[in-house]
Amino acid sequence: MITSFNDLLPLMPLLIVTATSVIAMLMIGIRRSYITTGSITITGLLAATLVAVSMMDWTNQQVTPLLIIDQYSLLFTVVVCASAMVLAVLSFPYFFELDDQREEYFLLLTVATIGAIVMVSSNHFVSTVLGLETLSMSLYGMIAYPLHSAKSAKFPLEAAVKYLVLSAAASGFILFGMALIYAQTGTLSFASVTELPAAGLGDSYTIIALLMVVSGMAFKLSLAPFHMWTPDVYEGAPLPATAYLATIGKAAMFVVLLRFVQISEALSFDSMVTVLTLIAAASMLAGNLLALLQDNLKRILAYSSIAHMGYLLLALVAGHHVTGTIAVEAITFYLIAYVIMSLGAFGVASVISSSEKEFDSIKEYRGLFWRNPLLATTFIAMLLSLAGIPLTIGFIGKFYIFLSGIEAGLWVLLGVLVLGSGIGLYYYLRIIYRMFMPEKHSQPYRVGGVESVSSYGVLAILLFLLLLFGVYPAPIMSIVATASAYI
Amino acid sequence: MILVVLISILFLGGVLAWLSEGLDSKFPRVVALAAVVIDLLVMMVLVGADAEGSGWIVQLNAQWIPRFGISFHLAADGLSVLMMLLTAFLGIIAVGSAWDEITERTGFFYFNLLWTLAGVIGVFTALDLFLFFFFWEVMLIPMYFIIAIWGHENKNYAAMKFFIFTQVTGMLMLISILALAYFHYIQFGWFSFDYFDLLKVSTSSAIEMWIMLGFFIAFSTKLPSFPFHSWLPDAHSQAPTAGSVLLAGVLLKTGAYGLIRFAVPLFPEASMQFAPFAMTLAVISILYCAKVAFAQTDIKRLIAYTSVSHMGFVMLGIYAWNEQALQGAVMTMLAHGLSAAALFMLAGGLQHRIHTRDMDHMGGFWPKVPRLSFVALFFSIAALGMPGLGNFVGEFLALLGAFQASIGLTVAAAFGLIFASVYSLWVIQKVFHGVYRNSDFDDTHLHDLTRREMFYFGAMMIGLIWMGMYPQSFLDMSSTTLTNLLNETGQLLFAQGSEL
Repeated sequence: MITSFNDLLPLMPLLIVTATSVIAMLMIGIRRSYITTGSITITGLLAATLVAVSMMDWTNQQVTPLLIIDQYSLLFTVVVCASAMVLAVLSFPYFFELDDQREEYFLLLTVATIGAIVMVSSNHFVSTVLGLETLSMSLYGMIAYPLHSAKSAKFPLEAAVKYLVLSAAASGFILFGMALIYAQTGTLSFASVTELPAAGLGDSYTIIALLMVVSGMAFKLSLAPFHMWTPDVYEGAPLPATAYLATIGKAAMFVVLLRFVQISEALSFDSMVTVLTLIAAASMLAGNLLALLQDNLKRILAYSSIAHMGYLLLALVAGHHVTGTIAVEAITFYLIAYVIMSLGAFGVASVISSSEKEFDSIKEYRGLFWRNPLLATTFIAMLLSLAGIPLTIGFIGKFYIFLSGIEAGLWVLLGVLVLGSGIGLYYYLRIIYRMFMPEKHSQPYRVGGVESVSSYGVLAILLFLLLLFGVYPAPIMSIVATASAYI
Repeated sequence: MILVVLISILFLGGVLAWLSEGLDSKFPRVVALAAVVIDLLVMMVLVGADAEGSGWIVQLNAQWIPRFGISFHLAADGLSVLMMLLTAFLGIIAVGSAWDEITERTGFFYFNLLWTLAGVIGVFTALDLFLFFFFWEVMLIPMYFIIAIWGHENKNYAAMKFFIFTQVTGMLMLISILALAYFHYIQFGWFSFDYFDLLKVSTSSAIEMWIMLGFFIAFSTKLPSFPFHSWLPDAHSQAPTAGSVLLAGVLLKTGAYGLIRFAVPLFPEASMQFAPFAMTLAVISILYCAKVAFAQTDIKRLIAYTSVSHMGFVMLGIYAWNEQALQGAVMTMLAHGLSAAALFMLAGGLQHRIHTRDMDHMGGFWPKVPRLSFVALFFSIAALGMPGLGNFVGEFLALLGAFQASIGLTVAAAFGLIFASVYSLWVIQKVFHGVYRNSDFDDTHLHDLTRREMFYFGAMMIGLIWMGMYPQSFLDMSSTTLTNLLNETGQLLFAQGSEL
């Protein structure tokens, strides 16, 4: 129960982000100013990030039955808030010339971040659903944002409706699974699954409930065979919204899945292990194979994200077989790595695009290296990291995944991982090769619009982190290791 | 510390070379040359240095990722020093061969060249397996760029194939390294990736075999050996000359080095069981690729196949695992490094002059370009194993050692020497003798070797003659290392040797 102000302290990051959204909304009411709204959002998210960082050492408590604020949830609060801030910075020049009201975009972004923070702090079905729906509802808006813009060439409405319908169906699955569990236990906390009464409805009933929850989550994570929506939504949405969906949306969902599977001991059922193994293998193969056929950068990244979620699922399965926290560490590290490299990749694309015209065909990256070496180097580093090449954080992430797979003895899945990564190299190298081709001077390398120094700044920071954690990962490894002990 | 200096000179030199392009597009090559020459000079400190009884001349061990017992462990013994000298020497040659050929984006080119060399030096000195893998991959990316950006007509395909082959097999090796580290964890209770720690790990023979195979596949892809060799002809024919020089001269040797340093000593029993298969693969490489070389019309592809054939002798020597065979393997690595690099430079030089690599268009070049023709004859003869030159010593020792391990396979492998004579002389016949016709190409630029080129080829000739006439100076350097390796593993293999 919250009885005093002190009990509210652990919720500070959440409260700061909420306050940010309220202040931003009031400011829009008073006077519309794109710059003011943007600055308020960025400042608020930065404050939330810093507060969450400062809280990591001493906060570990359950706040109401709904939210757990421990090092792990705070680590991901930092990741979520920092990424949201990066995306706000990148969105600013992107939407600058939108011929429609622009300010509410930041409102949606902040509210989505509230949802994400709730999700990473949740160990209860109610907070999961609340967070998930807050996040998804805002995302529908963000995806469809340039809807009324006359110049926008993309299909935001198609993407938003597709995401809305399928996401609602997935939420339905999750809710139904929860209801089935609730019917047996009478409580909605994750831990209740382990306390199923012996005289209940039996294992098969529980398995169906767990399958429903997991497949709903797999929809949101776009794991094969629930991945059909991903490329279309990625392609149709404006770039910053795609990036939000791909990074924060997936990371928050995976944290929930991780907590749910670990706390509810869902993998103690053999059939669950089989199902997750199959999903992992299917995702690694389907993601990488389907990406081969694409010429659209956003679709390639969509399929590659399917594969990356498959790699993460491998570690999740491994978590059942190993003692110690190596699998949780692997997932945590890889999620952080995935967020950094996806933000970087989408960030470069969004810097050279604007809401009027997106550069999303890989043809348009031809010769980028010779025209803008800084952007191209960043992009190449991000792509090599996604491919898991040393010197980058992606390699250390792969290292973790391999290690957890080996400790668990998942040789078949590891074989699929090697195969999938090998196939993956092809489409990453294709993009990289384009950037090195001789330029065509007739085409500009970026759409007009505004160019913002701060976008280059955040990209530089992302590149720095990518290389720092790739070459000297010891500090972040110890943070990940201590945080993982809380799961 | 000196090892860190060696590596950082190249890394920093690469960055400097890139930056200096902003001033003048001719600066990068000077910076690159300076960096490699300084590196070679610094290395000379190690040549005379006295090794302690262990054979290690210098060591550096610092913590890197304590969570998994990963350390920044560099060390050099005689074998490493030999390989590093080869690397730096061929580095200079590579810069020289690119001097006039690379005119576009010079800064980034020399950046990649130096970073490849830095990665290779790292591979030859790393004694932490994680670090080793790190360098193993680091040398790939710049090489990919060299082929993909400055390559010839089909560069995208070749660069992609090169990268995917080495990267995928590299991942298998990563799994093996991690599995080995994990078994160390099970046995000793803590993670370690250190070479000396991992030497102590003992596992059941089936597991050892699987882990060993991970290493073997990665190394034999790099070597390359049949059946993993198909990337090499493409990579070589498309790479710019400097890229070919590095590939043939240095990168292939990292595979052989890995076999000697890691694959066999870490898994002596599995290697012993596997040796007959490996030697058979080596013989197939020698004979099959010599035959395929004979069928080529593209001169660079031809030389690439002969490389595979010659590297077969290295693999044969390594898996015979006795002193003569290993000395032979090391000598072959050095001599082939020079001769193959020189041949690729000649082929590259020809292509630069007449814009074709197709031998059907060539013929009768001797009177037109006598110096070039003579140099080509010299290195062809070196490659076919003429006594008095380095390749002969290497291949002879390798065969001599292999004879003690398996008579049948050695006899078969010896036919490779005959095939080598056939294809080498056939090339000379086809390109330099016969009737000169210039109907198929533009011969306005077909001039003889310049003084600078003569200097490089001359240096390589001296190297080969030195190796051929006084091989002892090289054998002495590697012998401590090789005897130490043999002492650690020799007992096991000797018992089996008679059965092979």
